[in-house]
Amino acid sequence: MRKYAKNINLILGSLILFVFLGMMVVSFFYTPYDVNSMDIPNKLQEPSSKHIFGTDEFGRDIFSRILKGSQTAFIVGALTVTIGVFFGVLIGGIAGYVGGWIDEIFMRFMDALMAFPGIILALMLVAVFGPGIINTSIALGIIAIPSIARVTRSGFVQQKEAEYVTASKLIGVQSYKIMFKHILPNISSQIIVAASIAFAIAMLAEAALSYLGLGVQPPDPSWGRMLKDAQAYLIASPWYTYAPGGAITLLVLGLYLLSNAIRDMMDPRSNS
Amino acid sequence: MFYIIRRLLLLVVTIALVSIITFAVFQILPGDPVRTMLGTEADETQIESLRNELGLNRPLHEQYVDWIKGLFTGDLGNSIRFSMPVSTLLMERLPVTLSVASMALIIVVLVALPLGIFVAKRQKKFSDVVLSSVTQLGMAIPSFWLGMILILYIGMNVDFFKISGYIPWSESIKGALSTLILPALTIAIPQIAVKFRYVRTSILEQMQLDYVRTIRSKGLPEKIVVYKHILKNALIPILTIFGLITAEVVAGTIIVEQVFALPGIGQLLITSISYRDFPLVQGIVMYITITVVFINFVVDILYSVIDPRIRLR
Repeated sequence: MRKYAKNINLILGSLILFVFLGMMVVSFFYTPYDVNSMDIPNKLQEPSSKHIFGTDEFGRDIFSRILKGSQTAFIVGALTVTIGVFFGVLIGGIAGYVGGWIDEIFMRFMDALMAFPGIILALMLVAVFGPGIINTSIALGIIAIPSIARVTRSGFVQQKEAEYVTASKLIGVQSYKIMFKHILPNISSQIIVAASIAFAIAMLAEAALSYLGLGVQPPDPSWGRMLKDAQAYLIASPWYTYAPGGAITLLVLGLYLLSNAIRDMMDPRSNS
Repeated sequence: MFYIIRRLLLLVVTIALVSIITFAVFQILPGDPVRTMLGTEADETQIESLRNELGLNRPLHEQYVDWIKGLFTGDLGNSIRFSMPVSTLLMERLPVTLSVASMALIIVVLVALPLGIFVAKRQKKFSDVVLSSVTQLGMAIPSFWLGMILILYIGMNVDFFKISGYIPWSESIKGALSTLILPALTIAIPQIAVKFRYVRTSILEQMQLDYVRTIRSKGLPEKIVVYKHILKNALIPILTIFGLITAEVVAGTIIVEQVFALPGIGQLLITSISYRDFPLVQGIVMYITITVVFINFVVDILYSVIDPRIRLR
């Protein structure tokens, strides 16, 4: 039964992810309508065979904008995770390997970052950095650092007493090589799981920031921003919210399922 | 006692670091913060007077010490946009946010706890796969979209609810409830979806222990076994989990206030970011974070009082 459930997570999660990845790739070459061309006479049309998700307040095709919006979601997600993993592994690795007061200082600082409710820290950072795809990714990347650093640190603390590390030290391998060439590959699975969760959280957070009008800005299409625009027409055109809201939920759900499946595959002992 | 002192020390360190981060972030603003705040049309005298007013001509550490003092005396300087003390603005908005957040918390506890017990008792009927899908969905759905769905399906169909704006408690209790229940539900539903499974796990773990087998074999009715014995022990880990919700509920309130046009601290924070009212942003961030950190501290202490084993870890 458990094995069956794992497979469902894996199949469903990767299916969702591949569909959205496919959408993103296609959107670089083709969208049914131009993403930004306005057609005011046809504004706020209900879903039909011509516009399967309807049109927005400027008469733009919502389906095309959903397709294009997947680019924004993946770019922000990927940038965020890259920043988070790079600095998280560096900080967590040094803290765990060196130990002592460096460990204490680094990790207390990470604790302090985690003490902020996520969205509050994100809002403060975008207040300083300003809106836009890059600034949003930097802000969310900073937020992703502590969780990756914690996972990495605990991995390093466990591994550094292992015999292969002692042996490497004895034959005079340099510390940075031990850390990143020998220890890091051994804890990569934990980092991958943490990174995939960070990816899902980043996509949700990007949508939230853009919904609040502080993340991705027009003309860059963003699902969160579309929901903000849709809310003004909520009562008259409720279907306007379904496509962007559904897209965010589905993609984030897929990522969570996949991260669960990866965790179960990499650590057969975990059964939560 | 040692545990409490150590935990208290950690609290002080965390709050100190949080305040340093909050202070420092606004120092790395690219360019001149005063110019950014006033926009491009400001002339030199305006810029100079605002800089003096904000005390930006003094050394950094003096500014920080002043700001920290203000934090504890409730004087965080003036908002640029409203030309009013930051603390006055916060106190004005606090009742709305506090009402939504505490209602959401109450709903989560009132629903997640019985639901968790319910599914734990019928362990065979509800498979893990189904329950975990519910949780994953709760984690994936953005709260602002859920809010819109609740407006469409409940707010528009039940006359009682107002879908936007706020009526103060002092004006009408029924009015306040009509504006607050839907936002509170919006925050609570995803939390319930995640937390009821913690309750379930906690109870199922207890069920496997020896003492439960013993009291069962004594022939105690199942009701007493579950509610009197298991629940009492299972509540300990559950308490921590509900302590951890506060941060998420507070964060949820910030966003959901926007969906229902509630004039709370979240709305204040978001408009102050748009208006580049940085003293106000700093103050709000600091107070919200301190509140969350402090609640977590209290939960930790309570936990150690109820379950002294935790102090040894």
